[in-house]
Amino acid sequence: MRANYVLGLIGSLITLTLLFELLRRRRLREKYAVFWAVVALATLVIAVFPATLTAAADVVGVEVPANLLFFGASMLLLGVSIHQSYEMGRLEERTRTLAEEVGLLRLELQSQADRDRS
Amino acid sequence: MPEPRRTYPRVLAVVPAFNEQESVGRTIEELVSVNPSVDVLVVDDGSGDHTAQVARQAGAIVCQLPYNLGVGGAMRAGYRYALRHDYDVAVQVDADGQHDPTYLKALVDELDTADIVVGARFAGEGDYHARGPRRWAMRLLAVTLTRLAHHKLTDVTSGFRAANRRAIRVFADHYPAEYLGDTVESLVIAIRSGCTVSQVPVSMRIRSGGRASHSPLRAGVYLVRAVVALSLALVRKWPSTLENLSEEDV
Repeated sequence: MRANYVLGLIGSLITLTLLFELLRRRRLREKYAVFWAVVALATLVIAVFPATLTAAADVVGVEVPANLLFFGASMLLLGVSIHQSYEMGRLEERTRTLAEEVGLLRLELQSQADRDRS
Repeated sequence: MPEPRRTYPRVLAVVPAFNEQESVGRTIEELVSVNPSVDVLVVDDGSGDHTAQVARQAGAIVCQLPYNLGVGGAMRAGYRYALRHDYDVAVQVDADGQHDPTYLKALVDELDTADIVVGARFAGEGDYHARGPRRWAMRLLAVTLTRLAHHKLTDVTSGFRAANRRAIRVFADHYPAEYLGDTVESLVIAIRSGCTVSQVPVSMRIRSGGRASHSPLRAGVYLVRAVVALSLALVRKWPSTLENLSEEDV
């Protein structure tokens, strides 16, 4: 249990420090930082009070508490990557619209310049 | 004007072109010589060759996209241009010369009865054939779209099509860039938005460069992708570009 305690503590503290630093340098937007901060704090809680995990496993009916942790963690990561795909699709759609508009604006500028010259 | 038409529509031919310097010049010259009253807009879809220069020299208006968006992106830019410059009709013509410009007038005339007219390759004229899975895919698409449109459509993947003001307005907003989106899905969107679709038989010519693939594996992949694209198009909430989704549904 000793190793779990230390690993969990170190992991969550590193995450929190990294988040703080990224936020300070304005590299991370709050809406994402809040989510990761919640995850890091939850890890911290479980590391310091392993009883919370055991209790949660009892409530759900999972025999090995670690399995609940793994399940939760993988679902969380799955959710995050789906969300990333969604955001990426939205950004692609936006850059596409921008590219089309840039093309059209370039054409308008050019024809304006041609008109001025003649 | 010897034409008996009461008002002559302003027609814009939109030619999406990606690395077509070999054929785009001839395509434009032919378009203009057969249909002198038509304006030609070439949308250079981020080509790495001299497509834009060749097109400009041939007398076309050229819109250069900063990078490659695919036919869907190029065409939406074209429809936006048509909308902003108050054209009555926009006709999509491929740059590779496989669309015979002599049919352009037939497409535009048919717009009297529908909002979108597709130049169909299987409807009697010409000798365009497909076999195996590719043929099944095209049949499936055609049958489904015929049901949706309440009008017999035999070739919905044809990129030779004319759109009137109503359809231009729809396409300027919603023209998918995804696989088969520029042909099949765009028709589904148009029908869902209340546009009517009709077709005119055309014969296709052999492409100036490149050939459609006939390997059975490719054709099988095409079939699967067509089914996926069609099913998605049918169940999607329209109009729903991802942009709109973020505002309406989330």
